Amino acid sequence: MRGLRVVFLKEILENIRDRRTLWSALLFAPLFGPLMFAGMISLILNKSVKESDEALMLPVAGASNAPHLVGFLESMHVTVQRVDYDDQSARRAIRDGKERLILIIPANYGERLTSAVPAPVYLYADGSNSNNSKYANQARQTLGAYGRIIAVTRLQIRGINPALVSPIVVQDIDVSTPAGRALLVLGMMTYFVMFAMLMGGLYLTIDATAGERERGSLEALLTTPIGRDVLIYGKILAACFYMLVSLAISLAAFSICLRFVPLEQLGMTTNFGPLVAFKMLLVAAPFVLLGASLMTVVASFTRSYREAQSWLTFVLLVPTMPVVFAGLLSVRPSLKLMALPSMSQHLLMTSLLRDESLPLDYLLVSVVSTLFFGVILAWIAGRLYRREAILG
Amino acid sequence: MIEALALNKRFGAVTAVNDVSFVARDGAITGLVGPNGAGKSTTLRMLYTVLRPDAGSARIDGIDVTEDAIGARGRLGVLPHAAGLYPNLTGRENIRYFGALHGLDPAALEARVDELVRLLDLATVADRRAKGFSQGERVKVAIARALVHAPRNLILDEPTNGLDVMSIRTLRELLRQLREAGTCILFSSHVMQEVSALCDTAIIIGHGRVLAQGTLDVVRSQAGAENLEDAFVALLARAPEIP
Repeated sequence: MRGLRVVFLKEILENIRDRRTLWSALLFAPLFGPLMFAGMISLILNKSVKESDEALMLPVAGASNAPHLVGFLESMHVTVQRVDYDDQSARRAIRDGKERLILIIPANYGERLTSAVPAPVYLYADGSNSNNSKYANQARQTLGAYGRIIAVTRLQIRGINPALVSPIVVQDIDVSTPAGRALLVLGMMTYFVMFAMLMGGLYLTIDATAGERERGSLEALLTTPIGRDVLIYGKILAACFYMLVSLAISLAAFSICLRFVPLEQLGMTTNFGPLVAFKMLLVAAPFVLLGASLMTVVASFTRSYREAQSWLTFVLLVPTMPVVFAGLLSVRPSLKLMALPSMSQHLLMTSLLRDESLPLDYLLVSVVSTLFFGVILAWIAGRLYRREAILG
Repeated sequence: MIEALALNKRFGAVTAVNDVSFVARDGAITGLVGPNGAGKSTTLRMLYTVLRPDAGSARIDGIDVTEDAIGARGRLGVLPHAAGLYPNLTGRENIRYFGALHGLDPAALEARVDELVRLLDLATVADRRAKGFSQGERVKVAIARALVHAPRNLILDEPTNGLDVMSIRTLRELLRQLREAGTCILFSSHVMQEVSALCDTAIIIGHGRVLAQGTLDVVRSQAGAENLEDAFVALLARAPEIP
């Protein structure tokens, strides 16, 4: 017990003094996620708002032939550009990319309209360009709306119920819940949280294993009357401490950051108050032991600080696995999945964010299985430190 | 007392240590002498339990290093060949860490650290981070670290490496004091003057074997040489290579 405490306290002290550890554990990793997340969402929101508000630019040739139509278009926020094209030059202008869209209103438009025969207007667009066809659709819809207004007026004038010509009305009902739409985004958030947690212990782990060997302090340490496994357990516990701190900072930062992001505009619920953040901390905490032990085991096999660094980058991918799988296969929480560390934390944290109730047995299975794997890995790390080869 | 009993160690096909036996007595300084690669460090590493012998055994104050490694380590102070410090800890904190690992209580530990800072002339580095230490400063702190629990047995692997003349004199004086106090001191060196100046007993090692051992006079007469260096060269020339 004494050895464990002494090693633990020394690793804590030494790493507080290491600016790189402190930077990555307590600042960069925990804040990177929330800031990037908030930035990304703001970007998405801005973009969609901008696109829907963007006024359609419509070059119209022969605008004087249909002043009422042009007035309607302008009242629908269409910016009408009065241009001079005929059929030939309109085709050329579209093909050369000079214009995205051209509407030509022929001279006989007014005459045909008043005599109640279909009055053609010509909309020129390049259908092979999906980006432009979006604008063509918008123009078509607006023109269609104008046509319907006239049709309804004509029927009413003749004393016919306009509803007669609409025998079927298709109504879109979108059943996706706001929280469901947010699933992928939320999945990314749990990734950032798990990433920050692992980053918190990364440099300490490397320093305590490969770093200690490379500096030549390991051999002296092994001559003290403390079991080698106890030495490594002390180091793992110190890594756990920093990981917990990173985890807490990361969740707090998310909780604060998301308050300033208008998630409701994306149809997402912002169920991320202090209580949910605290619950997420408890749900994710068991993974700390597993993460620290896993990084220690991996680092124990490496010969140098640099090698350890590159290998541990792979370990940082572990928390992405469930996010990817859950996203691809639309995985729902189940008791079996709760036995899978990292996946269970991802699912439980996502459930918390969606304001779904957590079954107690799910929680129990997640905690017990994650701690079990953590203890096994810590034990393996202890065994690895008994090998002579650990000296390199 | 440190006893090596027919120690053997192989690394793959290479026999690094072959039937090495000797005794380092209490209140005496024993020098382990040999060229680079003779097996000095490997022998010492088995004595301080970092390596496990393939055959043979060793005892520290009668405690078998393979049966009770932790007990044996508790009676040892060690300066390994690679004696790195923790760069983000001060000299004092580096020493204190090892004292705590040896189970010294805080008050006794502080007093002991102060004493070592005085003995090894460490005042200028005691409260600086080890990051900026010179080689000599590092070695001195590492020696202090090895002595923090006032061990009955001391193993030093090439302790004078990187030390300047003044530091070497300080170290010699300290080792003599420890000998007077009854400490068993075993150190390795490839510098003959070092051994001549300090040792009561010398053990000459070459090709992983003990070529001669005894007081300096005995070793010289075994080799039929005037001084230790000539004796060393003569013994090494006679020694057969291990197949």
